[in-house]
Amino acid sequence: MSAFFKLLARNRLALGGLIVMGLVVALALITPLLPLVDPDATNTANRFLPPFSDGALLGTDALGRDLLSRLLWGTRLSLAVGFAAALFAAVAGAAVGIIAGFYGGRTDNIIMRAVDMLMAFPYILLALAIVAALGPGLVNALIAVSVVNIPFFARNIRGITVGLANKEFVDAAKLAGMSNARIITSEILPNVVPVIVIAMSTTIGWMILETAGLSFLGLGSQPPQADLGSMLGEARSALITNPHTSVIPGIMILIIVMSINLLGDGVRDALDPRLKSGALSRPMAATRVDRKHTPAPEARTEGILSLENLRTEFHVKDRIYKAVSGVSLSVKPGECLGVIGESGSGKSVTALSIMGLVASPPGVITGGAARLEGRDMIGARYGDLRTLRGRRVAYIFQDPLATLHPLYKVGDQLVEAISSHRAISKSEGRAKAIELLKSVRIPNAEERVDSYPHEMSGGMRQRVGIAMALANDPDVIIADEPTTALDVTVQAQILSLLDDLRRERGLAIVFITHDFGVVAQLCDRVAVMYAGRIVEEGPTMEILRAPAHPYTARLIACVPELGAGKRKLEAIPGLPPSVDALPAGCAFADRCLKAQPSCKEGEILLEGTGSRAVRCLYPELSLSKETA
Amino acid sequence: MSIALQITDLSKTFPVGKKLFGGATGGVKAVHPMTLSVQTGETLGIVGESGCGKSTLARMLVGLLPATTGTIEIEGSALDNADPAEFGKRIQYVFQDPISSLNPRKTIRQIMDAPLKLLHGMDRKAREKRILEIFDSVNLRADFLDRYPHEFSGGQAQRIGIARALAAQARILILDEPVSALDVSVQAQVLNLLADLKREFGLTYLFISHDLAVVEAVSDRIAVLYFGSVVEEGRAEEIFAHPRHPYTKLLAESAPVVGRALSDPEDGHAELPNPLDPPPGCAFAMRCPYATDKCRDAAPELEQIGDDQRVACFHPLPAGPL
Repeated sequence: MSAFFKLLARNRLALGGLIVMGLVVALALITPLLPLVDPDATNTANRFLPPFSDGALLGTDALGRDLLSRLLWGTRLSLAVGFAAALFAAVAGAAVGIIAGFYGGRTDNIIMRAVDMLMAFPYILLALAIVAALGPGLVNALIAVSVVNIPFFARNIRGITVGLANKEFVDAAKLAGMSNARIITSEILPNVVPVIVIAMSTTIGWMILETAGLSFLGLGSQPPQADLGSMLGEARSALITNPHTSVIPGIMILIIVMSINLLGDGVRDALDPRLKSGALSRPMAATRVDRKHTPAPEARTEGILSLENLRTEFHVKDRIYKAVSGVSLSVKPGECLGVIGESGSGKSVTALSIMGLVASPPGVITGGAARLEGRDMIGARYGDLRTLRGRRVAYIFQDPLATLHPLYKVGDQLVEAISSHRAISKSEGRAKAIELLKSVRIPNAEERVDSYPHEMSGGMRQRVGIAMALANDPDVIIADEPTTALDVTVQAQILSLLDDLRRERGLAIVFITHDFGVVAQLCDRVAVMYAGRIVEEGPTMEILRAPAHPYTARLIACVPELGAGKRKLEAIPGLPPSVDALPAGCAFADRCLKAQPSCKEGEILLEGTGSRAVRCLYPELSLSKETA
Repeated sequence: MSIALQITDLSKTFPVGKKLFGGATGGVKAVHPMTLSVQTGETLGIVGESGCGKSTLARMLVGLLPATTGTIEIEGSALDNADPAEFGKRIQYVFQDPISSLNPRKTIRQIMDAPLKLLHGMDRKAREKRILEIFDSVNLRADFLDRYPHEFSGGQAQRIGIARALAAQARILILDEPVSALDVSVQAQVLNLLADLKREFGLTYLFISHDLAVVEAVSDRIAVLYFGSVVEEGRAEEIFAHPRHPYTKLLAESAPVVGRALSDPEDGHAELPNPLDPPPGCAFAMRCPYATDKCRDAAPELEQIGDDQRVACFHPLPAGPL
């Protein structure tokens, strides 16, 4: 709750709205206690007194009634009617929406078509018709305003409920023996309430206006009772001669509606989880770079792509998450380097940092270099980075359904990938797209080029993802869990395709995964990451046969392997440390059976000889002896 | 050994092309009539790729989805009405995504209370005692009870999901991909916990997964699903080592295994048949290297082969090593 007020207060306009609204509501609440004259007492001798007259601070109206008193009593009434109408519409609309959304099917169809019919009438006309049928009066105006606003709530809440009703926790509640009525009140409703509050806060101002409108037409409050609308209506005839009689209630309506709307927008922004997570804050085109020491822009490197001591952090409020703390890697043409680790180990952030694709804010690259043929790309101009993205270094992501645009044909998306780097004619583009689809072994490429992503299976879509990565003949492909979402039979096809491509084209592949089986089949070398660091690196087969770091050994042991039958698995106790509070020394020490007091002190280096290296004081096997 | 769960000719057809009034214009057969039995204390693994109907089967078994045809018998008595509360006392479900199966706006205590109160009518004191017992057996601390789901890691949330299923005191658990959303190091913790619980409470498991190695590691018997049908069923240690159905063989050969060279056993194209227009014969015939005209015309029945293996194939592979 305090977080909600903090968020609300950060929005200056909403805070202003809250203060003004608070004052108006406070005034309305204490009106009966104030020493005001009777708002309905007429005194025709003193009609149309101007403001600041004796005994009438805001003057009097056509019947000599005190305007200050009428204004305050009228505001009280208008606010009460507006809030009541909003509450009634919200409760009725939410009930209709939840029932339609939860039960679905024919119930939903019938309810929602009725709501649609209600919506088909122009707003004010419908309110007028309802008042005409029920007769004029404030309660009837309230009913009319509520009814015309029910569809807005019903449609909003139904949409949310449909999503919730298919959630697994609703299934779980059914299995726990809950009746439908109980599921609606105890499972669905608490999740819908924020949406109801948001919808109410943004419509309440509108409802006050509508009630005032009906009263202005003489259909709402009846004389002599004052509300803001009827005050305006009665003052209409004296608009030119005595403008203060209409300006005063007019200003009050303006103040109320403005402050409620500003407050409502603030409430919506503070409560909406999508806005809270920063969906509206646009990330920068390239990750922010803030390095204390700038490495030499050019340097001779071993492989085509090499990382030197790369550090990437996420700065969220006052916390710093060290996602990548000093990673060095290199990959040669035609080589496949595996990067293996659990979620949160920093493997994906490492990959995204290379081309500045980590979202900023909150991501910041705080140190190190990523060199493509010796040239540092961290901190390169955005224009340079853009020509390199996709052209020299291409990415393949985990979920091809999320990376392909659902509304464009796959062929057009392939052509777009090419034409963003060089001009290409339409016919040439299409021919190239077909050629690319053939190169990733998509059957009937000539037909498939005109398919939309949803018309293809997961494996076919991932092939398109690979084709797109190949579109500009890149030198390096960074594949981030490209087969995790796929079935095993399809995974085998994608892996063998990638293997053929790197041999035919001399591609360097950085393959990020959590699966040792995949690494063993595809990668020449592997780097094992834990808590943002590489803990072990070396040729794949050697590491799998004789892991040096206890973490690698335990990780290999806890993965069941096909063909070993039913057995107890070697689980690793505990959880990886959070990267915003890394312990001193080895991050794995708390879970390690071999940990000594010295493991929890000081920096432990990644050391080794020859092709292997390990970051451990007491490795499973001594690398220097073995290679000596 | 008694039979804990017996399903007979269970099938599910989803209507498609619904009209505003009146019935559907067609249907998709997600699960073809299926007969399976699980012995008390046994773990039956169900393995298959996406779209094979394994989740539909699981949801029918716990009453979340009414079956189109067939019967479900639990410990000898039939469950014919699809009332999840009725099912809940006898068969429970552990969900794939541990976080989304917990209501974000309820404390863990409220979540754990529901089955105890509604299914067993326990009073407050008895509930408190029972929850602590269950939490102890799934290695969770009692101070977790007053926290909200988003405060937990995936592994902890999955333990809570398992604890909730245990609270219903059902003796059969349907585990629908219970570890596929978890990291490998946590996955092993949860699998070992499940094995311990089974021994402690004498549970029977139906373990559904797409991961062959995981299923093999936890199951006594395994059924392989393809396109809504069981194509092969047999002992866990035998079925992938000596597959008799060509699809089982393909699955076993596709799984990445350390020390096996990379190969694409199908060499390219592997599409599932169109569920709106299924082929008349064996659903695997279009991908099968051994398929004959007979396979394309008629669908094979699941038949006993060898001592303890069933296979639905006109041309089963010879027994012997892969």
